[in-house]
Order: sequence, then structure tokens, then C-alpha cells
Amino acid sequence: MSTTEEKEQTAGEQGGEHGPEEATHEPVKPGAWRFLIPIVAFGAGFVSLLVLGWVIFPHLLYGEKQQPVDFSHVVHQEAVDEGCESCHFFREDGSFSGIPKLENCVQCHEEPMGESSEEAKFIAEYVEPGKEIPWHVYARQPQCAFFSHAAHVKMAELECAKCHGPVGDSDHARPYQYNRLTKYSRDIWGWNIAGFKKKTADRMKMDDCAECHEESKGHKDACFVCHK
Amino acid sequence: MDRRTFLEILVGSTAGAGAGFMLTPVNWKLMDDVTIWTQEVWPDFFAGIPERGEVTHANSVCNLCPGGCGITVRKVADRATKIEGRRGYPVNDGGICILGAAGLQLLYGPWRVPSPLRRVGKPGSGKFEKISWEEAISEVVRKLSVLRRKGKAHTVASILGSDRGTVPNLFARFLKAYGSPNFICTTSAEDTSELALKLMQGGKASAGYDLERANFILSFGSGLIEGWGSPVRVIKAHSLWRSGNLRKRATVVQIEPRLSNTAAKADNWYPVNPGTEAALALGLAHVIIRESLYNIYFIRNHTSGFEDWTDSAGNTHMGFKRLVLTEYTPDAVSRTTGIAAKKIVKLARAFARARRPLAVWGRGKGSVSGSLYECMAVHALNALVGNINKPGGVSVRPEIATHTWPRVYQDATALAGFSRSRIDGANTNRYPLTKYLPDRWPQIISRKEAGTIQALFVHDADPYYTTLDTSAVAKAFEQIPFVVSFSSYLDETAFHSDLILPNHHYLERWEDLPTPIGLQKPMLSLLRPVVSPQFDTRHVGDVLMTIARSLGGAVANAFPWRNYKALLKETMGDKWSTMKKTGYVEEADYQPPIWKDAFATRSRRFEFYTTALKRAGMKRNKDLDYLPHYEPITPEGDSETYPLTLIPYELIRLADGAIGNPPFCTKAVEMTELKGNDIFVEINPKTAGDYGLAKGRYAMLETPKGKAKVLVHLSEGIMPGLIGMPKGLGHAGYDGYLAGKGVNVNSLMGVVEDPISGLCATWGIQAKLTSV
Repeated sequence: MSTTEEKEQTAGEQGGEHGPEEATHEPVKPGAWRFLIPIVAFGAGFVSLLVLGWVIFPHLLYGEKQQPVDFSHVVHQEAVDEGCESCHFFREDGSFSGIPKLENCVQCHEEPMGESSEEAKFIAEYVEPGKEIPWHVYARQPQCAFFSHAAHVKMAELECAKCHGPVGDSDHARPYQYNRLTKYSRDIWGWNIAGFKKKTADRMKMDDCAECHEESKGHKDACFVCHK
Repeated sequence: MDRRTFLEILVGSTAGAGAGFMLTPVNWKLMDDVTIWTQEVWPDFFAGIPERGEVTHANSVCNLCPGGCGITVRKVADRATKIEGRRGYPVNDGGICILGAAGLQLLYGPWRVPSPLRRVGKPGSGKFEKISWEEAISEVVRKLSVLRRKGKAHTVASILGSDRGTVPNLFARFLKAYGSPNFICTTSAEDTSELALKLMQGGKASAGYDLERANFILSFGSGLIEGWGSPVRVIKAHSLWRSGNLRKRATVVQIEPRLSNTAAKADNWYPVNPGTEAALALGLAHVIIRESLYNIYFIRNHTSGFEDWTDSAGNTHMGFKRLVLTEYTPDAVSRTTGIAAKKIVKLARAFARARRPLAVWGRGKGSVSGSLYECMAVHALNALVGNINKPGGVSVRPEIATHTWPRVYQDATALAGFSRSRIDGANTNRYPLTKYLPDRWPQIISRKEAGTIQALFVHDADPYYTTLDTSAVAKAFEQIPFVVSFSSYLDETAFHSDLILPNHHYLERWEDLPTPIGLQKPMLSLLRPVVSPQFDTRHVGDVLMTIARSLGGAVANAFPWRNYKALLKETMGDKWSTMKKTGYVEEADYQPPIWKDAFATRSRRFEFYTTALKRAGMKRNKDLDYLPHYEPITPEGDSETYPLTLIPYELIRLADGAIGNPPFCTKAVEMTELKGNDIFVEINPKTAGDYGLAKGRYAMLETPKGKAKVLVHLSEGIMPGLIGMPKGLGHAGYDGYLAGKGVNVNSLMGVVEDPISGLCATWGIQAKLTSV
């Protein structure tokens, strides 16, 4: 900062004290817009952080991966006899098959059944070498949470879509996003970065479990119900 | 830009950014994420988070004690996460003990031997270097070849935890082919019990107890809920007795100088002077005979030696009846045992009149062999009430026959070495009936000339810790130039070895397991790999066969099998496929023979007067020596210097054998047994008063064998004059979780041999306790 500027600034301040008449001689007149400087600065900072927080931050926080093979629930729904249970079934011991094993796929896909390039890739990369498909699981819960599908689907008679959304209607496997920090799937926190949800399937955090438990059972349940 | 503008912009934009930031979800979201990060990702930097995987269950058998429970291991991918009792298994049906459940700590704990190790520091310094398997095996082969060439094959010995099953038999076969008679196994009450059965009933068999159907259990110090027999099975039977397995609850009577958990849960507890249990048994026999409460049919038709008898030379011999009626009157027994005569009469009547009475023997868990006459006296009670081979009684149980191996061809060196007498003196004129005397060799080696044993193999045993008089064992180890341990863990013996060739852990290997101890029906079960080997270990059977093959000649020829698994499969023969499928084979319909065919003695009867002992060449002339009688096993030490008596006691929460106590179990040990690293001794308040000792204070415990600083716990549940001390603490091996906790009571005890069997019959030692 130069001496001249200091002078000018001093003059300006003095001008403020002694009235506007004395300041009219100055080459740079501090205009009426002067008060806008802090406001604009404030606004710029405000808006850029809003943009950063709402728009850029999610891109920084979440990484994205494509599923190893594209998958159409719609196509499969039409082809199988027993609906969802053809692949997502309860085993004899009551445990849930969740993501089907390769052997389940091979029952039909030993040879290509259609013309799709994704199917050809699936057969060449997984069926022939007998390798399980490393699916990225959208709904994977942390290890510390115990969850039983039998208790929810069989006993409480919940619809799959209540938590998973209308997965059965999807024609493509959507990209899998994961939190770079926690390694959780984005579906757990929900796709809204602020964590707002419109329907039950939008989020899968503990509070969402508790919310439903409270609604249906009248209380949120004890910690050890899920954290064994 | 002037200074003012600059500051305005700086302050304005910062404030704006701050306000804007507060209206974004970044802070709230990151706060949540960081919390999760510390919980889910951060620990991975230090310990690693187990990978996800498919949950499966694998069945195997637990071999941490002779109980042989079936186990189901829950796995996530190849990681075992929980051991549970196997449902529907004949022994434990879903139950598991604390040690069995803690087996995973043994598998994944830091005490595993990761690869073959060679000692580099001074003996006992615990400094080892990792070597390759080839190097390790060639070192053993080199040592053994030299010894054999020098005609010292007989100086190679092995100490094992058991002589049943294919692996122990491989060791025996190896030594036979190599040329050494010194195949030694550690012994327990089971050995004495088998000997008593052999003498009184003839033949080689183990005792099976029909605990579930018995309705009056007379226990001579057996820790029925403290790990005696097959622990889970006995505890389950105990629950049946308590809840009423028949129409009425069973009666449990505990005879023991200390109020153990078993005694506390019994209907009646008789605190007997320690070591006089045989006298009490005979006192009960006296009442039963005097009042004709015995099974007259059985005694008259199926026993011999009950009445006085005359041999072929015309000499009259004393029978059991006369001995008991003259020597063991309730008054006389009362003086010996400290139990009032009236109570003895009452107990005898209750026992003999019960519908299904059963007398069981073996102090605590039965880890000490004990007195042969005492065992015979207790077994005589079972004979008197006629419960031999009867429901709710005691029966003989053979083993399931397996495919026999081809005969060993011994070359000249092997024959010369094998025909030498055993180092432990078993199977000699002095102890003709005993197979192994594992407690004798340390004294023999440590006091005799050096070089009696040049090489020692130790498998499935931790003699450095479990043998009484630990300092003698330490001295003996110093005399042995080459000790090889096959242990999976860095136990005390492994710690003092020259070479460790780690075996696969019991959850990583194939092996056959004989019938669990005390079971009535013969069984053969299969130990199978539940997880893949975690370290660079090898199956001991394969290692032994590789050593044999490398030695060449007749030794190599004795092992024609491709590998251990091939041998196991061949030995199991037609049972293999069932065993592989279900995990075990059982003779479920086995019935012990009826009385007419039950006894393999020369008289074909149950022998109170054991002629087998006479024929074995014992140089004893008195009739008394061949009858069950009370012969005091006197504890070491003079009662002037050591006025008190130290008795070790056993707990289900403390593994006190070859397996070190895993941390889960140590956590369960009570504050009156272990506090920090200090062990408690239990004494009666009267003893404390007599010797100026106070509760919770330190005291110096001294015996002729050693001394240790202990804490004092007062309990009315122990007889005055006695000091109780838990067994299974004071390890030096393993790691910080186990080592240095408490005192190894074995180091304060000495070996007192049974006069007939030569086995360790120690039940206590004279001691003094002074406050410090």
C-alpha cells in the first residue's frame, strides 16, 4: 500500500468526520456504492460456499463405479417363473440369498440366451471361468449392524421396495456411488446430500430403521436388537 | 485497491463463506462420515477389519481335553468366527465348555509358532530363528542318523499326550523301527482306572459311566462340574440329576476336603481328611457287607476273593469281606477320615439302598493318576452294589477296531535298541503293569549320569509345565542335548526346545480321535480342517514320515504310506466314508457283556483279590497287597517344618494340562483365585488365626520343593490345616496374556509314587504359610 493511498484513505475518513463538502476536492470520490463492497464480498463468499457445499462437495465425497455387468431387472422379471423369489430367496436355514450366486445365474446362462453384448461379456468373464460377479451392493450395511431379512419380510411382511425402492423395475444397473471416507454406499445416507428423504427407500441410516420401528412397534428398540 | 476495500472484501467474503458454509450440509455430513470413518476404516490401519464373506458352518471335534465334544464352527469366508457345540452329537449335543468356546483364541492368538524355529540363544532363552522345513527336517535326520550309527538309538525318547489314535501310533512305530523303547505318554486318573479294571475285571478296556441313568452318585473328589470326564457331558448329566432325570431327583454326594463347586451343589458334602478316601470307601463297604446290603446274587455268582479262599497249594487266603469287616469298622474309619461313624453308616445305607447307585473316582478333573488301591476300593463299592455293566452303573468299553498296520520289520540296530529297558522304568519287574511313568524320568535324568536321553520328541504334551516338581524337569531338560517340539503353540516345552516343528492347529488338520473319556459306547471321530493353515505349519504325521523316509533303510520301509491322509484313510478302512460324511462312527447299539461273559480274569469273575497282580510278578507276599485297602500316600515334607498341607484344586475356568488357558477363560477366573498377577491360596479362618495370616494379605508359601508369594483368601469351605491352590496358572510360555499370571502349583509339588503302579499319586504336599 502506497503512502498516497494512505493519505487518501485518511482524507476520506476525515471527510466522513467533517462533512461531504470538504471531500469534493478529492480525485477519487468514495461513492454511495461504497457500502456495497462488503455486501458483494459477503454475497460472493456466501454463494461460492453454497455452490461448493451443495454442488461440488458431493462430487468430491463420492466416487463412482459401474457395475461389472449391466443388469436389467425388467428383462429378467419377464423371463423367470417365480418372480423376485427366483433369485432372491430364503434358504432352508432362514438366511436370505440377497445377491444371487453365480450358480444361480448359470442355471439359465450356461450359454448366451440373447444377443446382448453385456450378456456375452458376462458369460466370457464370469460364467466360463466360474468366477463370482463382484457386484457392488447398493444397500450394504456396516458390519456392526445385524439385519435379518426373514424378520422383516416374513414376519413383518414388509415389501422389498419399502427399503430398496422399485429395483425390480430397473432396466439398467445404475452406477454405484460410494463414500470415499467411509466406504459406504451412497444409498445409505441417501442421494440427497442434505439427507432429506421423500420416501422410506431414499435413506438407509440407523435413524431410518428406528423411525420405522417406532411407527410399527411403538418404540425405537434397544441397541442390541441390531448391534449384537 | 485500498486497505479498507481489501479488508472489507476479506472480512465480507469470509463472513459470507462462513454463513454460506453453515447453510450447506458439508459440516453435518462430514461430522457423520468422520465418526463412521473412525469406526469402520481407521481400525483397519492398525488391526485390519475381517473381510466379508459367505457365512458357513463346519463340523469337527474338539481335542483340547479327552472329552471329545463335537463342535460346529461358524465361518465367514475362510475365517472362523465362533465355536459352538454340535447339535445332536452323541457326547455333548450342542453344549460346549468355556475352553472349547475359546478355541479360536488358540487358533488366532499370538502364541502360535509361525514356522519351524531353531534355538539360537542359550537353552531356555527363548531366542529362535525361523528356518525352512527342509532345513529343520534335515537337522533332525542328521542328529538321529548319528545317534543310530553310534548305537545310541535307545537314547531317543518321545513324550506324547496320549497313546490312542493314528498319530501317537505313528510315533510308537517310528521309535520301534528306529530302535528305542522310550515311547512315553503323560498319564492321568484314566490310566489308574484302566489298571484297576484290568486287575479286577481282566482285559484291556476303559471305564464307561452311565451317568445319565444313575440316581445316586457317590463322588470321591471328582469335580463333576469342574471338568471331570468329558466335561460337557458330565455337566449335562449333573443337570439331569438336579432336575430329576428319573421320577425323582438323583442324590449327589461329594467326598472332598474342600468345598468345590461340585461339593457346593451336592446334596451332601463330606469333608474328608485328604488322602484317606480309600479308607472311607472301605468303611462304607464294611457297613454294606455287615448289614448284607450288597447284591448277594452278583457277589455269590460272579465275584471271587470276597470270602476267604484256598489256593491249589492248600494255603488259605484272606477275602475282601474279612479284611473289610476286621479292619474298616466305622469307628476306625472315622478316626482316619474325620467323618463321624454315624454318618458313615448312614451314607453306606443310602448308597446301597439306592436304585441305581454309582461310585466315581478321580480327583478334580482326573489329571493326576492317583492311588491304585483307592481306585480299586471305590470300584469295589460298585461291585458290592452290583452295578457293573448295568444301567446307571459302570461298564467296560472297548475301542472301535481299525485297520491294523503291517508289522514293523526291525533291523539289527532297531532290535538292539528296542530291547533295552525303558528310561522311565515302566513295564519292568518293579512296575510290570504300568505302560508309562512320565513323572519318573526327570528325576532319573537329573540325578543320574548325563546322556541317558540324547534326543526327545514332544508332541501334544507340555511336560515342562505339567510335570510335578518343575525344577527337576528343568534340570532334566538341561541334560538332554536335543529337544524337538511339535507344538502349535509356544508353550513352556516348546520354549525350552532346540527345534520347533509346528503341527497344524486342531482346527486346521485331519486326525482321528478315540472314544471320549468315560463314554459307555465306543466311538471314533474325525478331526478335520475347518480353516486352511494360518502359518507355515505341517501335519506332524507327515513330518514324522518324512523324517523316517530320510533316515532310509528299515526305518523308511516301516512307513509305506504316501502321506498322513492316505494313512488315515487306510486305517479307518470301511468307516472312512461315514466318518467323512458325518464326522464320527458310533456303536450306538453296543451293550456291555452280561455278567456271565463280562470278566476276562482267570477266574472269569470279578476279582476282589486280584490274582493278575500276583501273576504279574509283584514281589509281595501278604494277602493285603492283592486286595483293595487303604495304604496312605504320604505327602512329602516333615510336618515339623511344614505344618500345613497344600492341596491343588482344579477349575473348569482354568485349563491346567498341555493347553494354556486362553484369555477368555482367564477373564472368568474369580477375584479370590487371581488378582492382577497374584494368585490366592484358600485357607480356613482357623488356620489364618493359628498362623497370624489375614485376608487379602500377602504370605509366603513354602514347600520342600519351592516357595512362592501368594495372597490369602479365607474360606470356611476348606478344612483347617489345608491350603488350597488353583491349578493351571503360573505359565511362563505363551505370551503376556498368560505368562506371569499367578504361580504354577506344580512347581511346589513333588512326585509321590503309587507303590504298585509307580504312577504319580500325589494329592498334596506339606507346606508352611507365613505372613510377609
